[in-house]
Parts: sequence; structure tokens; C-alpha cells
Amino acid sequence: MELIWILVIIVGAILLWLILTYNGLITSRNRVDESWSDIEVQLKRRYDLIPNIVNTVKGYAKHEDSVFTKVTQARTAAMGAKTMQEHAKTENMLSETLKSLFAVSEAYPALQASTNFLQLQHELTDAEDKIMASRRFYNANVRDFNTKIQVFPTNVIAGTFGFVKREFFDAPDVALETPQVTF
Amino acid sequence: MYSQITANKRKTWFLIVIFTIVIVGLGWVFGEYTRSGNAGIIIAVLFATGMNLIGYFHGDKVALATSGAKAIQKADNPRLYRLIENLAITAGMQTPKIYLVPDSAGNAFATGRDPQHASIAVTTGLMEMLDDQELQGVLSHELSHIKNYDIRVMTIVIVLVGVVLLLSDMLLRSMFWGGRDSDNKSGGILLIIGLVLAILSPLFAELIKLAVSRSREYLADADGALLTRYPEGLARALEKIASQDRPLKRANHATAHLFLANPFDPHVTKKFEHLFSTHPPIEERITKLRSMM
Repeated sequence: MELIWILVIIVGAILLWLILTYNGLITSRNRVDESWSDIEVQLKRRYDLIPNIVNTVKGYAKHEDSVFTKVTQARTAAMGAKTMQEHAKTENMLSETLKSLFAVSEAYPALQASTNFLQLQHELTDAEDKIMASRRFYNANVRDFNTKIQVFPTNVIAGTFGFVKREFFDAPDVALETPQVTF
Repeated sequence: MYSQITANKRKTWFLIVIFTIVIVGLGWVFGEYTRSGNAGIIIAVLFATGMNLIGYFHGDKVALATSGAKAIQKADNPRLYRLIENLAITAGMQTPKIYLVPDSAGNAFATGRDPQHASIAVTTGLMEMLDDQELQGVLSHELSHIKNYDIRVMTIVIVLVGVVLLLSDMLLRSMFWGGRDSDNKSGGILLIIGLVLAILSPLFAELIKLAVSRSREYLADADGALLTRYPEGLARALEKIASQDRPLKRANHATAHLFLANPFDPHVTKKFEHLFSTHPPIEERITKLRSMM
């Protein structure tokens, strides 16, 4: 009789541990997903700014079509990215093309003096700072989640229920190297 | 981190209970002496409940009002606003309300009851004195206070301790001024209550120190550094505040513990401030921050 009770307690304890661990994993995974959607919000802000900037530059520098098409293409590519590597790659590309856009704009003093252009530049810098901030929050959450599913004994449960490692959003050049424009 | 939050919530309850006991105790003494029966206790209970509620729900407004802080929008000061916004995104929390204190002394504080109801106030002096990296260090320190629920304990302390200090002050004064008709019975009661409160006030001051122990400041420094990954920023900011060494115009003993640096004597050089300071010496904080790198 006593043996049965001991068995019941042990099974109960294991079940409880299973449930708690499983719920903990779900919570962490949701946190990762949520912080990813934060990044998407910030990325979208930048996508929305780019046409404005391109149009402003266009108003002063009419003969730089190749740069404009490159920026527009890079933006479209970035918006269509699916996987994490694609995102990192296309965001990098976009930053590169923006840099060349600002390099071109330096040749036009009237553009440099335009308050509208300056305003847009500030907005873009801010958007990139925010991308960096949300990226750091996302990566911190990914690190916590990955650690959780890799340590013993949680990895057994994670493996059984099909929790897979998430990827970091490493886009070192996207936000760290803000397109610098000399005034 | 999470144990820090639980400890802070527990401390808030502890403070509320102690405060209620003290006030109700005083009410009881008062009722006994004036032979007004339970009226004293009833008034005391109502008063204590009211003050607790004010402390919990409106303590932040009291703190902001006494320091003369003014709420700002994004357009008023985009630099400060963006820095806070970005740090809040990095920490994964809601952007707190932002206030500016018109004062040339460099200082800052955070208040509120939880991350959803939080405010950060920065003096105009600090904005002028610091560059973006240093300001980020300061703001991440304040955001850590919000995240750790330090603000809840610190904010409730303001109202509760403020009330006790005010009562003891009032009673001691009336004791001195009403000293002439000392044969009057009520004068004797006030004397006793005044003395009790006078004895209790340092105890309450001790409680503030308990609640806002210096380790909390070190912890917020460390958490802030983790957020910016750049402890040097806050270290430099503290250095500048220490070398400016200018007391805040509207410094106040009830709110002193809220601030980034001691508002009376940022340097914490005077012996008195060193003994009873709610803040660790600034040089020690700088040394600790520098050793993180």
C-alpha cells in the first residue's frame, strides 16, 4: 500500500515538472516571437521613410537614377525577405545603398541645406537606432530561449515536443554603421 | 532579477503595515488621553488608509510636483525622448512618461508603481552637461530602477515618511509654542506624542535606508551597464555630477532617496551625509563601474 503511494507521488512530481517546464518553454518562445514582431515594426518604419528620402534627393539631384533604383530595389528585397539570413543580408544591402545615396547627396549643397532633408536624416538615424535596440532585445530573448532548450534535463522535453533553436538576428552593419553625413 | 522584484513587492507591504501600525497606535494614544473613545482609532485608520492609497497610486505625482518637474512630449525634447524610447525598446519595456526639472544641478530620478505607470525626470542641467553616451548611462540606471520595481518601494516611502516627518514636526512645534499653558491637559498629550514621534522619526529615516539600501543603487548601476553594455558612460556621467557638486534647489529629505546622486551633497563628502546618506559615495560607484569593464 505504501509503495503505491510513493509511486503516485513520484509520478505526480514528474508530471508537474513536465507541465512547468513545457509552459516555461512556451513562454520563452512567445517572448522571442513577440520581440521579433517588434523588430518588424521598426524595420517597417525605415521602409516607410526611404521613399520620402529618395524623393527629396530626387528633387535636387535629378541625374543619379542608378542610385535611386538601387535603393528602391534593395528596399523591395528587404521587404520580401523570409528567412533570418535573408533578412540580415538584405538589410545590409539596404544600408549600403543608403550610404551611397547619402554620399551622392553630399555633392548638392542646396540639398544639404534643406531642412526637410535634415529632418528626414534625423528620422532615419532614429529608425536605425530603434532597429538596433529592438534587435538587442530580440537577441537577448533568443539567447535565453536557446539556453533553456539546450540545458539538461530541459533539452529532453524540448526535443520531444519539437522546440528548435532560434537564430540570432545578426546584422552587424545594418544599424551599427549609421549612414554618416557630414554637414 | 526576479527575486529583486519579489523582495521589492514584499518591502512595499512591510512599509505599509509598519506605517499603519504607527499611525493607528498614535490614534489610540490620542483617543485614550482625550477620552474620546474609539474616535481616535477610527480617524487614524481612515487617515492611514488614505495615506497608503495616496502613496501607492499618487506617490509619483507627489514626487514630481515637489521637484517641480514638467511633463514633456516628443517635440519638446526629441533628444531625451529618443534616448529613453530606444533604451526602453532594448529593455523590452514600455516607454515611461518623461519629465524635465528646470534646475542647473545635474540629477535624475524615476518614480511610479510599476513599469506600466512609471516616470523618469531629468534636470535641464544634466541635459546640458552630458553627451549622449553619458546620458544613456544615467537613463539606463533609472530604467533599471523601474524594471526592478525599486520605484514602487521608493515612491511609497515618500508619502509615508513624509507624513510622519510632517506630523512630528508639527507636534514638536506646537509643543514649543504651546509651552506656556503647560498645566493644560492636552498640552501634555501633545508633548508625549511629539516625543514619541521625535523618537520614531530617526527610526523612520532608518527605514528609508533599509528600503532603499545602497546595494540597490549598485544593482541599478550594474543592470544599467548591462543594458547599454557601456559602463564607462554612467561612470563619466557620475564623475561630471560629482565635479559639478551643486545641490538641487528643491532638494527635500522625503524625496532625496529617489535621485541618481544625493541631491543635497552629490559628493557625499560631509560627514553627516556620509553617515545618513541614502546613496553610496559617488567615487565608490565610479570605481565599481570601471571595474566592470
